Amino acid sequence: MTSPTLKRTALFEGHRGAGATLVGFGGWEMPVQYRDGIRAEHVAVRTAVGIFDVSHMGEVEVAGPEAEAFLQRVYTNDVAKMAIGSAQYTLMCNEDGGVLDDLFSYRLAPDRFLTVTNAANHDADVAWLQANSGGFDVDVTDAHDAYAMLAVQGPVAREIVQAIADGPLPARMTAHRGIVVGREALICGTGYTGEDGVELLVDPRDALALWDEIVRRGAVPAGLAARDTLRLEACFHLYGNDLSSERGPIEAGLGWACKEDTGFIGSDAVRAARQVGPAEKLVPFKLTGPGIARQGHAVVGGGVVTSGTHSPCLGIGIGMAYLPAERAGVGQHFEIDVRGTLRPAIVASKPLYQRDKETHG
Amino acid sequence: MADANEHPSDLLYNRDHEWARVDATVATVGITSFAQKQLGEIVFVELPSVGDRVSASDAVATVESVKAVSEVFAPLSGEVVEINEAIAESPELVNEDSYGDGWMFKLKLSDQGELGDLLDSEAYAGLVAEEG
Repeated sequence: MTSPTLKRTALFEGHRGAGATLVGFGGWEMPVQYRDGIRAEHVAVRTAVGIFDVSHMGEVEVAGPEAEAFLQRVYTNDVAKMAIGSAQYTLMCNEDGGVLDDLFSYRLAPDRFLTVTNAANHDADVAWLQANSGGFDVDVTDAHDAYAMLAVQGPVAREIVQAIADGPLPARMTAHRGIVVGREALICGTGYTGEDGVELLVDPRDALALWDEIVRRGAVPAGLAARDTLRLEACFHLYGNDLSSERGPIEAGLGWACKEDTGFIGSDAVRAARQVGPAEKLVPFKLTGPGIARQGHAVVGGGVVTSGTHSPCLGIGIGMAYLPAERAGVGQHFEIDVRGTLRPAIVASKPLYQRDKETHG
Repeated sequence: MADANEHPSDLLYNRDHEWARVDATVATVGITSFAQKQLGEIVFVELPSVGDRVSASDAVATVESVKAVSEVFAPLSGEVVEINEAIAESPELVNEDSYGDGWMFKLKLSDQGELGDLLDSEAYAGLVAEEG
């Protein structure tokens, strides 16, 4: 039974109509899968096109003469490097260098940014941004209710969306406003599946019309379960599994998204961690035998699995785990305690699945 | 996929949604169509070993979907005399043919008296109607 206090996106009735199994996630009632099952959705995204309702994710607008300076202070990545229309992956840290959230930020104008947050962290993110904006000439606005968000992902995704858009689609890692199915949209060349595609931010009242048209043109509705198997094959982090406030960016393998010289909150701790080197490192792995490792399973000799599943494309168990740094090199073997049975695994390189990569090693 | 409302009348069932096909002293065991529907696509099955001695309601196997792990309980006591190797290669057989090719293991029964504790297909249908 689902709780009546869960929030519903603008696409809720569409999901019910498509036979979705609904689950509570981050305070929202979301489709975990549709009628044909997780594998079919996963394969559709890898070989053709899938569409996800990601309206549970939050949005924050930051605007004002000192918007860049403010975000430089709270975001770990170098905001000054963002051209108008660019997208940037970044983290937000607390003073101790623990990760508060991982985010995508879009620069819509010199002094106007839109940030997409994880659903479970949205309210805390907004509160953090507002609390730290005091010394800056900037407005921080919770824009969650102003947007619905659809992700259209797969080798055919751009073709489908281009056919219903007035004007060219943005390239990867850029975003611009456009018209899709006659409705205004912020079109973003971003995604969380490892495939090409776009994400569309629209007025919630327009969401169902876009969803229906994109599905009519062949996109397979895909839920949160497929979203997880896809992102894990691509080795993208999931906050709450691979990221938490107990861990810093360096040990999580996200030092590349941190530019300590920009002086962000937590930069001293991150700089120190980078210099000393982390005791444990987050690495992707494959099981070399049977089984599926899951979040929380212990690594023999030290370490823990943060994410794990069965990979539909590889046909084996995959995941990410923290391992002692000296045992975290690609190709190193280890064992995971899966409910009392030791399952052999090997540290792999990113991504775990790639279209042109043969499944070896 | 098998019909979730299918409860063959020649089988016995328990409250954990396992079935048993009894042939003299040997019972073939699997999970019901209702159970496979609840689990979704099964991607991994771990079976007991031949020779294991089990008691009724022991957790003897696991079935895993992408999102979750479920235990399979022995409906009866006995010794595992055969396991279905085919579902190691093709776990989806459990979804597609729960009562046939998706069987899991066979037990040489140690206590025929336990058969009386199981449900017939009508009683099991009633259980499913309550839960479903």
